[in-house]
Amino acid sequence: MRVTFPHLGNLWIPVRAFFSSLGLDVVVPPPTTKRTLSIGAKYTPEGACLPLKATVGNFIEAAELGADTIFMVGGIGPCRLGYYCELQRHALSRAGSNAQLVVVEPPRRDPRGLVQALRTVKRRATLRQVVEAGRLAWAKFGAVDALDQAANMARWRETAPGEVDAAVHRGLALLDAAETCDAVLYAVEQTLHDVACRTEERLGPTMRVGVVGEIYVVMEPAVNMDVCRKLGRLGVQVVQPITFSHWIEEHIVGDIARRMPRSNMLSRARPYLRHFVGGHGVESVGRSVDMARSGLAGVLHVAPMTCMPEIVAQSILPLVSQSEGIPVMSLAVDEHTADVGFDTRLEAFCDLLQARRRQAGEGSCPSVSTGRWSML
Amino acid sequence: MNLAVGVPRGLLFHEYGPIMLELLRQCGARPVLSPVTNREILQAGLELCVDEACLPVKVFFGHVAYLSGKVDALLVPRFVSVEPRAYICPKLMGLPDMIRARVCGAPRLVDPCIDMSSGLSRIASQVAALGQALGVGRGRAAIALVKSIDAAKRGSPEPEPAPSGAIRIGILGHNYALRDPYISLDLVDKIRRLGAAPIQACDYSHRETAGWERERARRGAKRLFWTYGRRLVGAAYRWLETGEVDGIVHLASFGCGPESFVAEVIQHEASKHGDMPLLCIDIDEHSAEAGLTTRLEAFIDTVAMRSGEYARYVPTSGQPVDTR
Repeated sequence: MRVTFPHLGNLWIPVRAFFSSLGLDVVVPPPTTKRTLSIGAKYTPEGACLPLKATVGNFIEAAELGADTIFMVGGIGPCRLGYYCELQRHALSRAGSNAQLVVVEPPRRDPRGLVQALRTVKRRATLRQVVEAGRLAWAKFGAVDALDQAANMARWRETAPGEVDAAVHRGLALLDAAETCDAVLYAVEQTLHDVACRTEERLGPTMRVGVVGEIYVVMEPAVNMDVCRKLGRLGVQVVQPITFSHWIEEHIVGDIARRMPRSNMLSRARPYLRHFVGGHGVESVGRSVDMARSGLAGVLHVAPMTCMPEIVAQSILPLVSQSEGIPVMSLAVDEHTADVGFDTRLEAFCDLLQARRRQAGEGSCPSVSTGRWSML
Repeated sequence: MNLAVGVPRGLLFHEYGPIMLELLRQCGARPVLSPVTNREILQAGLELCVDEACLPVKVFFGHVAYLSGKVDALLVPRFVSVEPRAYICPKLMGLPDMIRARVCGAPRLVDPCIDMSSGLSRIASQVAALGQALGVGRGRAAIALVKSIDAAKRGSPEPEPAPSGAIRIGILGHNYALRDPYISLDLVDKIRRLGAAPIQACDYSHRETAGWERERARRGAKRLFWTYGRRLVGAAYRWLETGEVDGIVHLASFGCGPESFVAEVIQHEASKHGDMPLLCIDIDEHSAEAGLTTRLEAFIDTVAMRSGEYARYVPTSGQPVDTR
């Protein structure tokens, strides 16, 4: 029995910790590459969204390494993510793989889902073991997010190109090796210190740019062409509020404990978007409003091509941009998106933001253009 | 002076149109319906809507553009869910907001939220809000709603008996595409003119198609959570099981999220059954009539040959005929 799961940024560190501490043999799929996407695109419908193609590619590549049990999340709609499992099963059978897909449905729909799913792979997993494994994984979730955030905040003022990323990379290796919650905390502190040592003061005010959009594309550097790093290199501090631990809090913890106070994105998205539309549609609008009000220079909205909730958000963001006075650029990605196309757009966007700020400094009120919004 | 309320002839108007019009009349408003989709309407829609949306949504924007300036308010319901535990489409859930954001100078929107998955109290508050928007009390709004649903039920025509003898072609597609001849390029009539008898998924009741879809779920598949998906997969499952039709044509809009998955599910089911010809057609604003005609002629000829003496020379490939 060898267990695997889909990639999503650095998610593999906490998930591997979770399964390993239950005593399971874990196969981490090879990092998502162009090959992964082309394998995925071969076995999935053309009109499907990019995360499906990438995850199918991950599964098939992991099966090549000997994985035979795949963990995947389910869902109850309206976003297509909830039906991924069914198409993944079809794709795996068409690819001639015998790997078995274990689907974890949302806890409200299926309260004992996770434990039952675990029992299909490990009969004698006690609740205590699961809770212990969950604690370690949760610590690592938070740690991975903290390192990502620190890198996004620090990259624009690193002492030499690539220094911060190298430090974070070492930190992630430490994290992966950590076996207790204390070791995780120690690794995080060490790495944050390391990152701080590799930055220097820069003259002039910081230019902050927010990144919002669909969680998979925002979090997976292999499909978003590494936008956060690219923005950092362009001298911009990146604010990226969409994280795993937040997703888990909203969708798993929040689903069990209904009364827990939650960040109410819908109230912030009003009056632009007044109803939940699935996926991260409301988040994209709400976060953009938030970012405009907290004085960010601009917002970058990334989404997979044909993503339904993000099409709603993309339709509304120009109005947010105009009323809140913040430039917003929407970019769609699919398996054909090229690196250089992204470079050009990001450079142009940052140049315009700089120019806009200079104008504001001279006292004239800069306007936000909302002519034909750019979309790949 | 009655309140003139515009009703765009697009999307779920093709499903609930009679109810919407009757409801407005019952509430004392004057409904103004936009004309059947034409070139100008599509053009206006393309300019207003984001490129990535599907054709029916773009056409809907065109209808809104046609009506704005001519009416005092627009009826654009927010369709979230019309049956428990199933949604329609995220784009329809955000439709009123998309229109507010993109159509400059759009009249006031009357956007009751239709969510049958939610509790009775929320539905009641939506009825009250609808009444307020139309300038009547909540009691009158509720009575009007019940009356109009009733009238629409009585007014719906009897389904015509399926013509026999000819080749039977099952047509799968969203009603808002199939019932708009400009969007679907008149697919249903084209099939009829080619001498085949069209049977549509909407010829069956919701209950029947849902039952067939549940049947599929009982054999180990996960249930779909899109109302239209359930209907189409249910009908396809039925046709594949019983062989009631000789071939299936599936019409989808390019960029339709649920449909990209539903099409794959239908193709998967068809390839399991192995012997049902299946034609998948994707449409968008660039689709041309001649291309569709050629494909349909070829498809119907092939299906006709299979039912005759050449049957064993024309096997299905096991893979769908993909015309994209």
